[in-house]
Amino acid sequence: MLIAIFTDIHSNREALEACLAHAAHRPIGRYVFLGDYVGYGADPEFVVDTVQEYAARGAVTLLGNHDSAAIGTPERMNDVAARAIEWTHRQLGPAQLAFLASRPLTVRDGGQLYVHASAADPAAWDYVLDERSAGRSLQATDAALTFCGHTHVPALFHLTVTGKIAGFDPDAGVALPLTPQRRWLAVIGAVGQPRDRNPAACYALYDGGPRTLTYVRVPYDIESAARKIRDAGLPQFLAARLAWGR
Amino acid sequence: MTLRRLEPGHAIDGFRLDAPLNPGGMASLWRVTHPDIALPMVMKIPFMRPGENPLAIIGFEVEGMILPKLEGEHAPRFVKSGDFSNPYIVMEYIAGRSLKDRLGETPLPAEEVAAIGTAIAVALHDLHAQHVVHLDVKPSNVIMRDNGEAALIDYGLARHDQLPDLLAEEVSGAIGTGAYISPEQVQGERGDPRSDLFALGVVLYFLATGERPFGEPGNAREWRRRLWRDPVPPRAWKSDLPPWLQEVILRCLEIDADARPATAAELAFALRNSECVLLTERSRRTRRDGVLTVAARWLRARKPVLPPQRRSIAAQLARAPIILAAIDLGAGHEGLSEAIAVAVSRLLATEPGARLACVNVLKVSLLTIDPVADAQGRNIHLQRLVELKHWARALPVAAERVTYHVLEALDPADALIGFARANRADHIVIGARASSALRRYLGSVSAQVVAEAPCTVTVVRTAGSR
Repeated sequence: MLIAIFTDIHSNREALEACLAHAAHRPIGRYVFLGDYVGYGADPEFVVDTVQEYAARGAVTLLGNHDSAAIGTPERMNDVAARAIEWTHRQLGPAQLAFLASRPLTVRDGGQLYVHASAADPAAWDYVLDERSAGRSLQATDAALTFCGHTHVPALFHLTVTGKIAGFDPDAGVALPLTPQRRWLAVIGAVGQPRDRNPAACYALYDGGPRTLTYVRVPYDIESAARKIRDAGLPQFLAARLAWGR
Repeated sequence: MTLRRLEPGHAIDGFRLDAPLNPGGMASLWRVTHPDIALPMVMKIPFMRPGENPLAIIGFEVEGMILPKLEGEHAPRFVKSGDFSNPYIVMEYIAGRSLKDRLGETPLPAEEVAAIGTAIAVALHDLHAQHVVHLDVKPSNVIMRDNGEAALIDYGLARHDQLPDLLAEEVSGAIGTGAYISPEQVQGERGDPRSDLFALGVVLYFLATGERPFGEPGNAREWRRRLWRDPVPPRAWKSDLPPWLQEVILRCLEIDADARPATAAELAFALRNSECVLLTERSRRTRRDGVLTVAARWLRARKPVLPPQRRSIAAQLARAPIILAAIDLGAGHEGLSEAIAVAVSRLLATEPGARLACVNVLKVSLLTIDPVADAQGRNIHLQRLVELKHWARALPVAAERVTYHVLEALDPADALIGFARANRADHIVIGARASSALRRYLGSVSAQVVAEAPCTVTVVRTAGSR
């Protein structure tokens, strides 16, 4: 079965639409959203409504730290992110807030674990950035495959046969075999605010047959997304960084 | 994991075990059949004995990652692999003869060594173009198909530059086979396609002389000698070995990868066009380097090496493209020849590692019995070569990177396309003459080359012909 995995959409309608349109050409058997639907961008309502529609059709939809903050949970955040969250909270209606509030932190599906940040303590929102943090997440679960987001930087970690953790910087468009001999932790890059110096939206396709993971990059209308951020009176930096991809 | 006793007639995931083959060092091998798959197949089952070398287990995993990525006739086609509790890989069984079976016949004649070497180099170039370095090229991993093509098997030590390198993550030191391992592999580098050319150089040395250039060193400490000790020149073993073959073999065995052929295609080109091999001091060498040279290399080898970088195999190939310039010689084409020279100069300026093959087609007619001598009694073939060299004299390229070829053919386009395909050319530069009613009717050479060439084609026109 082909699984499409999206994370860190961050109220970026243009990026989400481009990714969903890209995925729609493929025989997707399951949609997975790893959280952070809102924050930073100018289209929180559209994004939450869209994810809610996919959830109604069976998609896995998790809670991210920005979603948690948007429903009023106190979360540690920098000033720019906090201002965007205050604005976001005002845009969302009760049904949208209720949808976010009922999202789980993790979903286990057979040998696969879905989580927004680290599996070590999902509600602590630790970043899986390097071998050490990846190791903490891998040790916290017995799942063969863990899929997470949160860092906005694509990465692939695995536990070697002698217990070492190794990281890999994946190229887009390459079907990476996640061999059954070891456990893997895939960090999916962001749909709505990539930070790996590639401004194209990122999502991933996991094919359960040959067990391959493909990181997909989708160019989208950055100018429109950025203009809406500026028009909404959100911090300028949030608009500018979309084009930088960092 | 449980140990399984395997017997003929057993079935694993629908594959029937027919007969055991000679086991490899790290796995048992079986000929298998499947009711739904017509392909001749072999199943590889890793030894999962307690205390088994972890390299064997990872190598099996690596092969399972890389084999499904490979296409073409130079690697076995991947069929299926088992899961964690039932590990196996089923792949195409390649009919042919293992090169290992020919070692008893060495030394082989130079022409045969060149033919085998060309086939292996072509196979390696195909792998390298698919982002894979084999890193364990040796006779037992080469199958010569009945049609003369080579296929490489066993990707347990291989590296795909777009996939995680599971072996490098587990093992910090050298990984390879002692008799064939390259100096940079000894230092832990696993991303250089020229490592395969070094190993192929060892194979060619062995086939041509019956001797192993470096013996069969057993441990990694002995492997380090590869960083300073050069081999006895092949002609010291076999004095009638042609100098061009010694030149090619010793270039492959250069300690510095930059001194080897830049790509497997370049090596295949040299082996296929032995008359074009530029003979240097290497071809005349009768003994190994002196004590001082070796001592200097030994001192250099003691310096710590920089950690291997993640570099692209494809980038190494792209740095050294083969450019084919198709030149029309003779009266009336001077303007076009000049325009082609300008176009080729621009390409060479952007591709400093390029090799240039200057090709002229001598059109022969079925009616002409002897096209070789013209009215003045000059040898046309030789005259064309002279003119080609004259044409190329001002091009910004070193003499050792240019070759000249006069092809005699009935159909110039077919000859050019065939030459480009056989020599793995990356780019053809060809002129198009002015359009005329006759040419539109008959079709032009350049149009056919554009339509059928296996690579990029640049068509050059002169201002007047537009």
